[in-house]
Amino acid sequence: MDDTTYIFLQQYWWFLVSLLGALLVFLMFVQGGQTLIYALGKSEDEKTLIINCLGHKWEFTFTTLVTFGGAFFASFPLFYSTSFGGAYWVWMAILLFFVIQAVSYEFRSKANNLLGKKTYEWFLILNGLFGTLLLGTAVGTFFTGSMFSIEQSNIANIGGNMAISRWEGPAYGLEAVLNPLNVALGLAVFFLARILGALYIMNCIDNDRILARAKKQLLYNTVPFLVFFLFFTVCILLKDGFAVNANGRIFMEPYKYLMNFIQMPAVAALFLTGVVGVLWGIGRTVFSGTIYTKGIWFTGAGTVLTVLALLLNAGYNNTAYYPSLYGDMQSSLTIYNSSSSKFTLTAMSIVSLFIPFVLAYIVYMWRLINKKKLVITDIQTESHIY
Amino acid sequence: MLDNLFLNSVVEWSRLQFALTAIFHWVFVPLTLGITFIIAIMETIYVKTGNEFWKKTVKFWMTVFGINFAVGVATGLILEFEFGTNWSNYSWFVGDIFGAPLAIEGILAFFMESTFIAVMFFGWNKVGRKTHLTASWLTAFGANLSALWILVANGWMQNPVGMHFNPDKARNEMDSFWEVLFNPTAINKFFHTITSGYVLAAIVVIGISSWFLLKGREKLFAQKSILVASVFGLLSSAVLIFTGDSSAHNVAHTQPMKLAAMEGLYKGREGAGFSMFGVLTPGKEYGDGKDAFVFNLEFPKLLSFLGYRNFNAFVPGIEDLIKGGFKEVDGSTALSVEEKIQRGTKAIEAYKEYSNAKKEGNEIVAEDARARLEANFKYYGYGYFNNPSSIIPNVPLCYYSFRVMVWLGFLFVFIFVISLWVVMKREGNFKKWMLYISIWSVPLVYIASQAGWVVAEMGRQPWTIQDLLPTIAAVSRIDSSSVMITFFLFFTLFTILLIAELKILFAQIRRGPKISNEIVE
Repeated sequence: MDDTTYIFLQQYWWFLVSLLGALLVFLMFVQGGQTLIYALGKSEDEKTLIINCLGHKWEFTFTTLVTFGGAFFASFPLFYSTSFGGAYWVWMAILLFFVIQAVSYEFRSKANNLLGKKTYEWFLILNGLFGTLLLGTAVGTFFTGSMFSIEQSNIANIGGNMAISRWEGPAYGLEAVLNPLNVALGLAVFFLARILGALYIMNCIDNDRILARAKKQLLYNTVPFLVFFLFFTVCILLKDGFAVNANGRIFMEPYKYLMNFIQMPAVAALFLTGVVGVLWGIGRTVFSGTIYTKGIWFTGAGTVLTVLALLLNAGYNNTAYYPSLYGDMQSSLTIYNSSSSKFTLTAMSIVSLFIPFVLAYIVYMWRLINKKKLVITDIQTESHIY
Repeated sequence: MLDNLFLNSVVEWSRLQFALTAIFHWVFVPLTLGITFIIAIMETIYVKTGNEFWKKTVKFWMTVFGINFAVGVATGLILEFEFGTNWSNYSWFVGDIFGAPLAIEGILAFFMESTFIAVMFFGWNKVGRKTHLTASWLTAFGANLSALWILVANGWMQNPVGMHFNPDKARNEMDSFWEVLFNPTAINKFFHTITSGYVLAAIVVIGISSWFLLKGREKLFAQKSILVASVFGLLSSAVLIFTGDSSAHNVAHTQPMKLAAMEGLYKGREGAGFSMFGVLTPGKEYGDGKDAFVFNLEFPKLLSFLGYRNFNAFVPGIEDLIKGGFKEVDGSTALSVEEKIQRGTKAIEAYKEYSNAKKEGNEIVAEDARARLEANFKYYGYGYFNNPSSIIPNVPLCYYSFRVMVWLGFLFVFIFVISLWVVMKREGNFKKWMLYISIWSVPLVYIASQAGWVVAEMGRQPWTIQDLLPTIAAVSRIDSSSVMITFFLFFTLFTILLIAELKILFAQIRRGPKISNEIVE
């Protein structure tokens, strides 16, 4: 590819998609928090308080997921058509676990809600558990690969197989759970979401008992998080990675992901800063003698940086971000062979200039709503309660 | 043979699943589109007058909106991802154009909606009155802005413009963002669809308010709500009718087969009448020589006028469109579908040759093939068919759905006029029969709204992209049993959620806005 503007646009959009993915993982504090409602809320009022604290933010996570999908579609449509159309069951399962979340907040405490309060609470817990676990597992395949093949001219194969992208094997993506690395990432995301959930609840609620329980949960979840995260990180840094040469051919390169960090020191710095941020937020909260409530900002920002760095590592520096293990691996997706046209990426890039403006009003409104911490009396007097 | 069997069934399950999701999604979206504006208008009155009555009124309608909104969001998520999960070839073949509006929808509209809806629901005691009012208006704009982008995407499927086919990538690529955005089909569709949502919301508000009047409860609340809703509904109806007319004009030019199916018009003619009401001959098939109608009441020459702005214009019927030979609007002679299939086959063959020649590095053959591909690309999608009658949509479904939509649409205009008259001239003293009509209009407005989408989406079958990509070539290659299972999963889940939603909604309506007498006085 001789066109440097096009290459820049492809890299720019990989950055934006990675950033959206990173923000999504941060915002999954909502999901993580949902799995803690019974652990942190012992009375009915406490549970309602926690659910309302998370409920004020659930739509941000949801919207980020939708936008992540839309942005991926627009910028790297071959990923969209290959992964969603192939790893059908993984994505469908993820979607199902998000559908049950969307209604649960609104329906939970309303009279005559058909399934009862408890069911909606369990919907929230299931969403928190499987939403994070499966999404993490699916992202794990960015480093471990999947069995699919791509042949664009198939679309003209009348009477035969007309599918451009084809998933090989009967499990349609569910086979990802057989790879321990994928599962380790899934579990790391799950425990991280719980850490973020506990930290966010500490930030938005003013209630000593809930805060004390959240602090304990923070410690309980940090241990498994570190185990799975370190296992995943060490494994990918030591394993062979999916590289692409100047002719677009995919090959296995020893220590590819480690080399990516070494060859892209800025990305490595993002990663390390992120990890430090995550640990700092946790440590500061756990080891503070009093109740420290700002940990979410360090751990949250750290999460964004870490995930961003991991995704940039998977896509930049001549790496295939969605590797195919099928045959000679040449169906693997890179940011160059799977992207939209230069024209579309340019048009989309102009639209992306609105993003800072969107972020600004989100931050402004977030602060307005979170100015005062939630207390039990709020949920007894507010007109709209989840 | 086996391959074909597999394909048919996965296509059918995928279509069914997509239709299911779209229908459920559309149960919830139109109310959101309209009621957010009705709420914003009422809240503006509250902020202007400072009267607590209006605040209570706003809060009641917000509760209705909130319950409805959540399920709309849930079904929308599925819909977006189903383009990838079930229509994988489609996602690649047109993703370069189709993906952009979806992404813009997320970035510009969904965040606006979800940010300000949180302020709307949880900001009453946290932000000032004016900030809250701004948030309510922005929620309404956000919801409608998201409708714009998804309808731009849908309009493009019905009338693909602003792109070219890139054989190196086997996909269509965008040439002009503005052509895609200002596609006449998209603009018509946008205004027609959002105003249909406004009419739906207005009827829902009037219907629920009428129930209160029938029960003798919350009289002032109900009358004022009816006043706002009927004015809003009446103004929206004007745009709805106007864009309905321009939609017919647009369809006549871009999707004549859809128009013929909507009208049950098998044999075209000059000065064609518009079928006001009719009964189609059961079991009628293309080419069987039977009359299309058992009974048909026509408004003379109206269809010619709607389609071509000329009372004597020739409107081609299904048979004309299949056999060709008639004069098109631009003066050219229409091709038969047989010829289009031949050209489409040529395009597909040329693409294959081009692709092979490129792999072998044979540039001369590639260039020759490319020229043939470009010359025939307009009919590319026809190459997937053998039988010309494959391109006929389901005629009875289109015909009856269209009539249901149109006639119910006029019933709603009648309700707006009567309601407004009673509120303005008769001090809001409705006769019982009027209240009953308004209440029963609530299910009817949902039927009308769904019927509109049935016309739009069933009428364009078998195409996912008009003339370029039929459903059989757009579908993902997965087991039909997988799609069947997810279909039933979604069906069960959505049905349960719908029942829960209705039960909650009815309970909240029965509770009412609880406006105390002191506020009213």
